[in-house]
Amino acid sequence: MEILSLLADGFAIALTPQNLLLAVIGCFLGTLMGALPGLGPANGVAILIPIAFSLGLGPTASLILLVSVYYGAMYGGRISSILLNIPGDEPAMMTCLDGYPMAKQGKAGEALSLSGVASFVGAFVATCGLVVLAPQLVKIALLFGPAEYFVLFTVAFATLGGISSTNQAKSAFAAALGLGIAMIGSDSQTGSQRFTFDHVHLYDGIDFLIAIVGLFALSEVFIFLEHHRGGAVGSAGATKVGRIMPDFSMIKRCIPSMARGTGLGFFSGVLPGAGASLGSFLAYSLEKQAVDRDGKTFGKGDPRGVAAPEAGNNAASGGALVPMLALGVPGSGTTAVLLAVLLQLNITPGPLLFSKSPDIVWGLIASLFLANFILLAMNIPLVGIFTRVLMVPTRILMPIVAMISFVGIYSITGSTFDVMLMVGFGIAGWVLRKLDVSLVPVILGILLGNQMEVNLRRAMTISDGDWFILVGSPLAIILWLVAIAGFVLPMLMGRRMKKRMEAARDQEEFVGD
Amino acid sequence: MSDRIFGGFGLALAIFYIWAASTIKDSFMVDVVGPRAFPYIVGSIVALCSLYFILRPDDEPEWPHMREFGEIVFAAAVMFAYSWALPEVGFLISTVFATAYLTWRLGTQPLWSLVTGVCTSVGIYVVFHLILGLALAKGPLGF
Repeated sequence: MEILSLLADGFAIALTPQNLLLAVIGCFLGTLMGALPGLGPANGVAILIPIAFSLGLGPTASLILLVSVYYGAMYGGRISSILLNIPGDEPAMMTCLDGYPMAKQGKAGEALSLSGVASFVGAFVATCGLVVLAPQLVKIALLFGPAEYFVLFTVAFATLGGISSTNQAKSAFAAALGLGIAMIGSDSQTGSQRFTFDHVHLYDGIDFLIAIVGLFALSEVFIFLEHHRGGAVGSAGATKVGRIMPDFSMIKRCIPSMARGTGLGFFSGVLPGAGASLGSFLAYSLEKQAVDRDGKTFGKGDPRGVAAPEAGNNAASGGALVPMLALGVPGSGTTAVLLAVLLQLNITPGPLLFSKSPDIVWGLIASLFLANFILLAMNIPLVGIFTRVLMVPTRILMPIVAMISFVGIYSITGSTFDVMLMVGFGIAGWVLRKLDVSLVPVILGILLGNQMEVNLRRAMTISDGDWFILVGSPLAIILWLVAIAGFVLPMLMGRRMKKRMEAARDQEEFVGD
Repeated sequence: MSDRIFGGFGLALAIFYIWAASTIKDSFMVDVVGPRAFPYIVGSIVALCSLYFILRPDDEPEWPHMREFGEIVFAAAVMFAYSWALPEVGFLISTVFATAYLTWRLGTQPLWSLVTGVCTSVGIYVVFHLILGLALAKGPLGF
């Protein structure tokens, strides 16, 4: 019952007029960004972080704005999947399979409203799961010492490549690259200058926001330039929506699919290295196994094939917040960006956050519930507005995205050097994506590098230089085993998973989920 | 081949990184591990992965043709020039040209690109500076 009273306090914070307004704005922007191919949740939140800070919003207010964007983008991804057969973001790719055929049959409006309801169910249940599970995980996390934390970070990096990763060396390289960048600047323990080469701009290290915006947002602009994809993603004919109100008998028929999708999605969200893409993939394939074994209706516009992956995708995005908030270790690109939000606000997520600043945690959770209701209201009647945005050509849209990235970084740093550094990260991001090196571990390395090192050094100080402290407790040994399994399993089955996921969708390039 | 070059580059980076780590000076404060140990570990991982890329390269990625490649290089150059120009000529003017260049290269007619550039620049200025109060780059003309 303690949880309920904490949650009530959270709602008191989230329901102030200013925060409510921010949640509405965030949901709107998020859905917009999710709907546009090329601007996923990670990019969307990344571009808005510097802006939210330059506005001088308080920690809770900025968090409410940015998590609303996060949830909104997860809702928005389905719009272009259904209407255009182009996933708005990676997790939405499974929605194309049955959503687009439905749209072709003239049932686009029904598919949109059904997937809106499915998103709501998935996200709502996952947020409830977050409320229940996160405090339990915190109790475990309180047993962690520095050595266990160090191993936990290793688990995060080892599993980040995910089950569908084909080349684990590239994931490891990306993580090490990020960790290496994090080392630049003065050492937090002794104050020695590291890798600064007496360059004054580097004394404070490289701001992770510069790296995130460059790697995620600018590299996307380069990809668009390379492919000359300047046209509008939608054309007037393709975006006919038709009847918008949901068909209640259809929704009723899909309830079991949503329930299964939600459960699977939530668990793949919580597990390290799975994330929303795998959540929606599992939800779709298992749904197909469960109700349509002969492949008669799935892939041809079965509403259950829309409901299950959408519920799974949104449930996973809620589930992914559990390890991020309770342990401070994100499991996906987007939650890594949310971690950046917290770090920028000087909030270190983890068990202490729950006891030291419950107002932030519960205000955040309450605003997630709120964002869900706002999004449901926004997505069913207003879906027409978002479909119209798809008709803005990307040749106008992408430069605006680039300029807003510049504005954001310039307004927080005010330095030409940092802006140029961002362009440099953009180019590096483009090259790495070409070479099939995931950018998410780079970001996570930059974000967690210093904490990882501090925990290692604290553990060593406790053990007086004995490296065996890293395997000195049963908990640490279990974590090592998880890390090794997470790193080795994809080598054995990564190619197969990747092939199955790729067979299911058209080839598109996206930044993680 | 791309992966081999990438591996070679990674290896060079790792060697440089480890060398740079070895030059880190101790300060008056010391702890058991010191400031060099973790960078050594990170550098070694980079080196090991790079060796793997050299020995077991992936399939060749689809590199763009010269033309598209030039596109990227020019866009990057424009962005660097834009970063440099921001404090020199101010946000409004530099953004007009940077946006116009990018929309032009993405396929807008030249004249319309300029119009888009002006609209984007003024739009961002109004929304982010005048309404939201963000600090944008000020040139000699004050905007």
